[in-house]
Amino acid sequence: MSSNAITIPGTHIEARPWVDELHQWLTTVDHKRLGILYIISALLFLAIGGVEALIIRIQLMHSHNDFVSPEVFNRMFTMHGTTMIFFVAMPVLFGFANYLVPLMIGARDMAFPRLNAFSFWLSFLGGLLLYFSFLGGSGLYGAGSAPDVGWWSYAPLGARAFSPGHSSDYWTLALLVSGFGSIGTAINIIATILCLRCPGMKINRMPLLVWMNLVMAGMVLLAITPLSAAQIMLLIDRYLGGHFFDTQAGGSAVLWMHFFWIFGHPEVYVLIIPCFAFMSEIIPVFSRKPIFGYPVMVAATVCIAFVSMSVWAHHMFTIGMNSYANSFFTLTTMAVGVPTGIKIFNWIGTMWGGRIQFKTPMLFSIGFLFQFLIAGLTGIMMAASPFDWQLSLSYFVVAHFHYVIVGGILFALFAAFYYWYPKMTGRMLSERLGKWHFWLFLIGFHLTFDVMHIPGLLGMPRRIYTYEPGRGWDTLNFIITIGAFIQALAILVFLANLIISYFKGARAGNDPWDAWTLEWSISSPPPVYNFAVVPTVASRRPLWDLKHPEDPDSRYE
Amino acid sequence: MSMLRMKSSTLRFLAQTILLLFWSALAVWANEPKGPFPHGTNIFAPASTPAKSIADLSVFVLVITGIIFVVVCALLVYSVIKFRGRATDAGREPAQVYGSTQIELAWTIIPILIVVVLFLATARVIHAIQDAPEPAGAVQVTAIGHQYWWEFRYPKLGIVTANELHIPVSDPSHPTPTFLQLLSADTDHSFWVPELGGKTDLIPNHPNRMWMDPQRTGVFLGQCAQYCGTQHAKMLLRVSVDGPEDFAAWVRAQQSLAVEDAGAIAGRRVFESNACMNCHAVAGTAADGRFGPDLTHLMSRATIAAGAAKNTHDNLRLWIQDPRAIKAGSLMPAMKLSDADLDAVVSYMETLR
Amino acid sequence: MSAVTTSFPNTAAAWQLPSRGKVAMAGLIIGEFAIFTIFVVAYLFYLGKSLTGPTPREVLETPIFYTICLLSSSLTIHFAAKCLARGIGFAFLGFWLLTIALGGLFLYGTAEEWHRLIYEHGLTISTNLFGTTYYSLVGLHAFHVTAGLVMLVTVAVFGLSGRVEEKHSGRIDVLSMYWHFVDAVWVVVFTVVYVLGR
Repeated sequence: MSSNAITIPGTHIEARPWVDELHQWLTTVDHKRLGILYIISALLFLAIGGVEALIIRIQLMHSHNDFVSPEVFNRMFTMHGTTMIFFVAMPVLFGFANYLVPLMIGARDMAFPRLNAFSFWLSFLGGLLLYFSFLGGSGLYGAGSAPDVGWWSYAPLGARAFSPGHSSDYWTLALLVSGFGSIGTAINIIATILCLRCPGMKINRMPLLVWMNLVMAGMVLLAITPLSAAQIMLLIDRYLGGHFFDTQAGGSAVLWMHFFWIFGHPEVYVLIIPCFAFMSEIIPVFSRKPIFGYPVMVAATVCIAFVSMSVWAHHMFTIGMNSYANSFFTLTTMAVGVPTGIKIFNWIGTMWGGRIQFKTPMLFSIGFLFQFLIAGLTGIMMAASPFDWQLSLSYFVVAHFHYVIVGGILFALFAAFYYWYPKMTGRMLSERLGKWHFWLFLIGFHLTFDVMHIPGLLGMPRRIYTYEPGRGWDTLNFIITIGAFIQALAILVFLANLIISYFKGARAGNDPWDAWTLEWSISSPPPVYNFAVVPTVASRRPLWDLKHPEDPDSRYE
Repeated sequence: MSMLRMKSSTLRFLAQTILLLFWSALAVWANEPKGPFPHGTNIFAPASTPAKSIADLSVFVLVITGIIFVVVCALLVYSVIKFRGRATDAGREPAQVYGSTQIELAWTIIPILIVVVLFLATARVIHAIQDAPEPAGAVQVTAIGHQYWWEFRYPKLGIVTANELHIPVSDPSHPTPTFLQLLSADTDHSFWVPELGGKTDLIPNHPNRMWMDPQRTGVFLGQCAQYCGTQHAKMLLRVSVDGPEDFAAWVRAQQSLAVEDAGAIAGRRVFESNACMNCHAVAGTAADGRFGPDLTHLMSRATIAAGAAKNTHDNLRLWIQDPRAIKAGSLMPAMKLSDADLDAVVSYMETLR
Repeated sequence: MSAVTTSFPNTAAAWQLPSRGKVAMAGLIIGEFAIFTIFVVAYLFYLGKSLTGPTPREVLETPIFYTICLLSSSLTIHFAAKCLARGIGFAFLGFWLLTIALGGLFLYGTAEEWHRLIYEHGLTISTNLFGTTYYSLVGLHAFHVTAGLVMLVTVAVFGLSGRVEEKHSGRIDVLSMYWHFVDAVWVVVFTVVYVLGR
């Protein structure tokens, strides 16, 4: 991957030995390379987390199965959840943010390149630490190995008394370490966006991707930090004899739940808001129209960020809060659906009256819209707390959040991959393989996660390593497992596409999609310095103004 | 090429519709009762007032969200079909529309109204269920969650039992609901019998309260819903809703001390001289351990190990000899008795009717 | 790839964006405030809930003197920064060293208090809920004071060797933001622990 675009004719550039190239990558502070490192490490953990999911699904294929022991199963679902949230979703989104934000604002790099590198390596170290638990987690009486307390590690299950050995400690430390990395990245993103925009790019002229990453970074500062605090408290309990969550000493298990979900709920918005960002960049380009309602999209995002900090206890509807608390969180949770819905309407409004091109990024975007709508509606169902007293802790919830994370976030990420891979590598991803990827994944996804709602309605709780026959869950679980394997196949097609296209893909050029934001004005891949001349912008779509000087956006804004 | 594009996107939505129909059919099939006895665990087959209120609210919510889904989906499908790019467009861009304040207002206000309606409907049900007063004739049960079994105490009736709950059926004209106080001896658990009510957690140092008033007799199944450790999956619930005479008979039987069968002296001696007494209680004897289930009326239960196995001679024998064979990770240790002792103690257990 | 429209006014001179050091420090402060908030919430929640052991009223003595030290150090660092901005190196160094001394004194006060609590009253982090929440909250704050002092001492070393100049005043401002934050947190911790909590 060349990072130099200027070649002076007549000169001879020596190929670097691979050790040097590796060293360059390991010591880089360039936001583009760090972005790619984030993405590659995320793909690695995606494969591992996916295998864990397949093990879960094989075990649950029929009742009273014994593919794995209950101990192994409990580790699998703990590691699957922890890996996917902290070492796949967050890094890949930070990776795209790292790559795109400086380019979209016309900057040379992030505000603090060395902090950027440090944050990435902290995050990666956290992942390694989590997986080291398989080797190093052993403790008294053979307990230990990978954590098996669920990705929330509810008190008192996470206490020394119920989790002897070090498996829980690896969970805690891995998340603490990568949490600090996330905070570093968030600070970096905010400083970059507020301080490094090119001339003319006023705050209301930034691309929506930049706006949404700004909001996301702000949320990280307020959401990840409560988890860090709770983790420190847990470590104090486990190592210094503290009683934060020690119910025998008068401590409160519910306090852990509050602290965890004050992190946990905004966290899922931290994950989805960058995906909204991708959609807000991709859907306009493939509809050939600007985003419908830019100011409303910004306002809705900020509104979501604020309201989402007030909904956390909808994860705790069953713990016995009084009716007033339950009503309050019902109201706020339903309320956060309003700005979210507005965004869906605005995306459809963008497509309306356009000339839609069904390239692979747009296919995934349409899938996102359909699935995110459904996911949001099942969320509204669970916001009605009495309904949630049945649905909570069942496979209905599992279906709901996978609908958001896989049907929403992952689909948006696939769209982002197909859209920006040409910029990052200079090659187009194969449309043919892309369509195979899309259809296979769509079928597998719906087979698994549409059906998965039903066992929940039929009383199947989550986190069970096996279940009783005769409850009507057998056939459904079998179908769900089939869908999982189809999705795995689709992911293989995707990975193959990424690799093959790198060597054989069509050359992309600067602007293969005829798009309008600043990153498409430079070469693919961009030179290491990004912009030879600092750009000056006069509207939200600087390249539209360049390509349509007779009718620039700056006339209407 | 654009024809192909159209076909693929319309095909997709046709496929979606077919899938949706298929899954609905599946749901209907899955909802069919599996037999008269015991009942299933279907949240849409409520047998008690809280479960019924929830089911009714759920239908209301489903209808509203269903309408929203149909409307938004229709808009999406329409835009994908009507505004697809054609080969004849090449080069020309459509009208660049930036937004519309009226449309934004419309699709802000309507959702807010929907939220208000949904919230009000929900708040009513929340209060009706959570703030229901406890009538004088209510049966009181204290449920204590353990890793991985349920302890049930009836404080006013002087009964201690485990895993299988017996409650009276409630006649709507003279209700006799059961009010449960939920406690935990170790980690978090959750009491979930879908056809009798929503779930409520059992959290140490945080007592909770729930109620149910089943209006049909029968056996209702459920299980622990909050991950509590290795054998969370096998912490099953079995609620027997009895008619008034049956319930009274059950109460009388449970209130009595353990049966003293002279033929089981040898087994009882094994029980009392090994570590069994440390964890288990048999009313009327010296055994008063609280860590494990009360065994006074063990044979009145249909299952052992919190539903993990049927209460048969062989299962009982296997359980005492090596619990890991039935429920690996359970906190009952393998007693490592000799065959003779094992047979004797099983015989003793079988006298505890 | 340079100018976009022909009629665009010259923005280069008028294009001022905030300093990235200040924005980054503000971000860090926001995140840290969230962490402290969680510890404060735990402290307040557990007030009066200890099952055993010494209570706040029995053992806590309000550290008025050391609080005055810490809060004055905010004043001195403010003056130090001001002096550096005006190029008065001597005064800057004087105020800076005074800040370090006051901060160090505060830490000494904390150490003295903890010594008394542990050895005279038998209150440790594992004694009861009060012990756990008290040592965690005050300890977290003391940790941040220590980290701040390390940074202040580093600057003092550079200052004493004549390497800190007027052009560095932006960075000194960022560091003093951190120090003000540490003091602001102490105002909250002091109120919660020594005023409300007793």
